[in-house]
Amino acid sequence: MTDFSQWNKEVGEAISKEANIVLSPRHWQVIDYIQGEFKKEVPLSIRRVGKSGVVDIKEFYSLFPNAPLKTATKIAGIPKPASCI
Amino acid sequence: MNEFNGEIKKMMIILSKATLENVYAAFVLANGARMEGIEAEMFFTFFGLEAIHKKKLEHLHVATVGNPAMHMPTMLGGLPGMEALATGMMKKEMEKIDMPDVHEFLDILKASGVKLWACKLAMDMFHYKKEDMIDDIDGVITVGDFYKQGSGLGSHMLFI
Repeated sequence: MTDFSQWNKEVGEAISKEANIVLSPRHWQVIDYIQGEFKKEVPLSIRRVGKSGVVDIKEFYSLFPNAPLKTATKIAGIPKPASCI
Repeated sequence: MNEFNGEIKKMMIILSKATLENVYAAFVLANGARMEGIEAEMFFTFFGLEAIHKKKLEHLHVATVGNPAMHMPTMLGGLPGMEALATGMMKKEMEKIDMPDVHEFLDILKASGVKLWACKLAMDMFHYKKEDMIDDIDGVITVGDFYKQGSGLGSHMLFI
């Protein structure tokens, strides 16, 4: 996928299956938040996500094991943030 | 090449220094590993122990003497207040790029699943007790224990 406008929930579901993640309402809350930040052009980082009040870092890692920011943005249909923190 | 095709599975990062620039380098590398889905463990030894010492971790400094990247004469770097000045400047710049302070960074590492180990030998040498260290450490271990932690294919060791 190259364009966010092509994204819909079914696309998100399909990508999550590849990552072996079953999306729960909690996952969707985090994905909604991530997409909201992307639309506002706020750069995402683990620290920012942790401070968002939506999800803390520990839960973020448990919802999206193995590279949470990378996986969550992929499911959300947005580019992987170029962040080191 | 092994069965992982050279893939990095785990980073074992040894921190032996307490200068802010080294502590941050180690933290960023450990956190960056977790962000990529790579396991990470840290071993704090010698002066690196200050990064997890309750009373000392908030007072770490940038090295102004013997640091050629400071671009100033070594003698100037030794003047009173110079380390504090350089440290203040660096902290200000780090805040601008959304870099957490040492305390918050340790919280992030812990929440991200990074294991934090204190070196037994260095603890004995500095007469530190486990209670002197932050509560989040996973234990005080020997170098042999740390090697055992790092066993397995795709495990890499890094000394800072």
